[in-house]
Amino acid sequence: MLKETYKAEIDDILSRYPIRRSAVLPLLYLAQKEEGYVSEAAMKEIAGILRLTPPQVYEVVTFYTMFQLKPIAAFHIQVCKSLMCALVGSDTLLRWLKIRLGIGPGETTADKRFTISTVECLASCGTGPMMQVNDDYYEGLTESKLDRILADLKRDGTSPLKSGPFMLPEPMKG
Amino acid sequence: MPPFEKILLKNMETPGYTGSLADYERGGGYQALRKVLGKIPPAEITETVKKSGLRGRGGAGFPTGVKWGFLPKDYQGPKYLCCNADESEPGTFKDRQLIERDPHQMIEGMLLACYAIGVETAYIYIRGEFVLGAQILERALAEARMAGYVGQNILGARTSINIWVHRGAGAYICGEETALLESLEGKRGLPRVKPPFPATHGLYNKPTVVNNVETLANLPHIINRGAEWFAAIGSPPKSSGTRIFCVSGHVKRPGNFEVPMGTTLRELIFEHAGGMRSDKPLKAIIPGGASAPFFTPEHLGVKLDFESVAQAGSMLGSGGVTVMEEGTNMVWAALRLMEFFYHESCGKCTPCREGSSWLVQTMRRIVDGRGRNSDLETLVELCQNIAGRTVCAFGDAEVAPIMSTLKYWRHEYEELIQQAAMSAPAELMMPVMGKH
Ligand SMILES: Cc1cc2nc3c(=O)[nH]c(=O)nc-3n(C[C@H](O)[C@H](O)[C@H](O)COP(=O)(O)O)c2cc1C
Ligand code: SF4
Ligand code: FES
Repeated sequence: MLKETYKAEIDDILSRYPIRRSAVLPLLYLAQKEEGYVSEAAMKEIAGILRLTPPQVYEVVTFYTMFQLKPIAAFHIQVCKSLMCALVGSDTLLRWLKIRLGIGPGETTADKRFTISTVECLASCGTGPMMQVNDDYYEGLTESKLDRILADLKRDGTSPLKSGPFMLPEPMKG
Repeated sequence: MPPFEKILLKNMETPGYTGSLADYERGGGYQALRKVLGKIPPAEITETVKKSGLRGRGGAGFPTGVKWGFLPKDYQGPKYLCCNADESEPGTFKDRQLIERDPHQMIEGMLLACYAIGVETAYIYIRGEFVLGAQILERALAEARMAGYVGQNILGARTSINIWVHRGAGAYICGEETALLESLEGKRGLPRVKPPFPATHGLYNKPTVVNNVETLANLPHIINRGAEWFAAIGSPPKSSGTRIFCVSGHVKRPGNFEVPMGTTLRELIFEHAGGMRSDKPLKAIIPGGASAPFFTPEHLGVKLDFESVAQAGSMLGSGGVTVMEEGTNMVWAALRLMEFFYHESCGKCTPCREGSSWLVQTMRRIVDGRGRNSDLETLVELCQNIAGRTVCAFGDAEVAPIMSTLKYWRHEYEELIQQAAMSAPAELMMPVMGKH
């Protein structure tokens, strides 16, 4: 139950808005953090906390792309396929991924570790091709960089190649 | 390139600058807030911003001070400011840098805006994918609260201003200001029919201002150095100040370049962004994000200010400049953008919802080599039935790539359709040829 696990956090979130309903996205994020997706039980609980009907929560969940309605793999690879990334090779990136992981967009590996999706522009258009894996951005991808990232993810669950605070072009060293 | 002083990127381009409160203060941060708080009447700040000529950097370019002036005078009760950090227009990646590299600059801008318009609660609506950006903002706000810049009775004055980060969850349309408000209210992000405008009926039906990150980031500098200083930069009187242009595509050195407005596309692309990445010549430019009509090399001399770009048939928009080299198929490029719009249409109005689906299907057919002669008419007719007939400006935006590529590169559409006719099986070929 969210209310027990995250009581202080929920109270803090609710205190930020004059109207409870505004807390729906933050609470959905909590639910997704807890279970890896947004379950029906969580939607009902959130509806209860916010004094909404479950359909009022459900219609929000289904409007936004970042909420999962079913459990997905440990690593959700999201490749930007919008024009600016496509101009510099996002289709090639998808091909490499297919070769390395044996799956294409919308598919999950048999060991349930990787799911690949294509997404629209993630505001990294100058550093394409790029992908987001769970919370992290990986930019300026090359074949060898991708290999390192996949190996890091499998071994450590994260990779030092993820992006830090964004700056482009890179500042001069000095 | 005449030398000029950067405004927004100056701090972060200083070696060693981390964006921490201490670094920001060392560079003169929060001096603007100290200068005005309790000393200069709020209405005077709005006047200063009006005089500076600052116009919105989110897309539409509306004069910022004028927008603030639309709030009802002497209104009792809560009013709101929303910082639009949704940055989802393909080709645009400047707000991300402003957020992640210098969060206090935009926070001080928000505080100044709140003070000017009498707001006590402000929200930063940041796109959900910017997990790092949201963390950086939370950290910066915690620092600012500790230092007394944000919260109750800031700097001991009677003014109280709270700022909260609110994460979106993946929906381009939530960058449209009324969809943003709906989303912040905990609903699906469907744009509202205007009027009424947010200035009178905004968040929770209260007077509200929505401003873009870059717009707000300019405010501390305008307050510190004066309206006249700002108004003289760029292409006054209509386009003063600098813009951060995000250059992407087939250039040597993609990135965010802050230049005075009025800089030509040629200078931006060939000097700042290093020119074309290979020996293939330039073929096409999108000057202001995915919603802006395409330009050709003929337009390299166009000055990047609101009026000049509009006069040349496109728009300055979000500042996203995408460069394409010879060999890029323009029908393919327009299709990629159309797929984006199809995916992101919120579905509220029929012309946009149904039209985007028809446009994508027609474009795919052409690109896949199954095009028909009648397809070009279909495209134009569909576009005409969408533009100007929708609740929000998304409708006008989604037809821009197709209409402009049809205008300059119609032959590429025709070639694809002709090839389709040649390679089609005989029984399919007959009716197509019969039409000639
Ligand atoms: C479809 C659509 C998407 C938009 N996306 C954004 C966005 O991501 N960021 C933004 O600042 N403005 C966006 N805008 C513009 C906002 O509606 C609004 O004009 C802007 O936030 C106002 O701020 P400004 O006056 O400081 O530019 C969008 C507009 C439309 C029609
Ligand atoms: S124009 Fe499109 S995006 Fe805008 S309200 Fe209508 S359906 Fe939604
Ligand atoms: S087009 Fe891929 S991040 Fe913008």
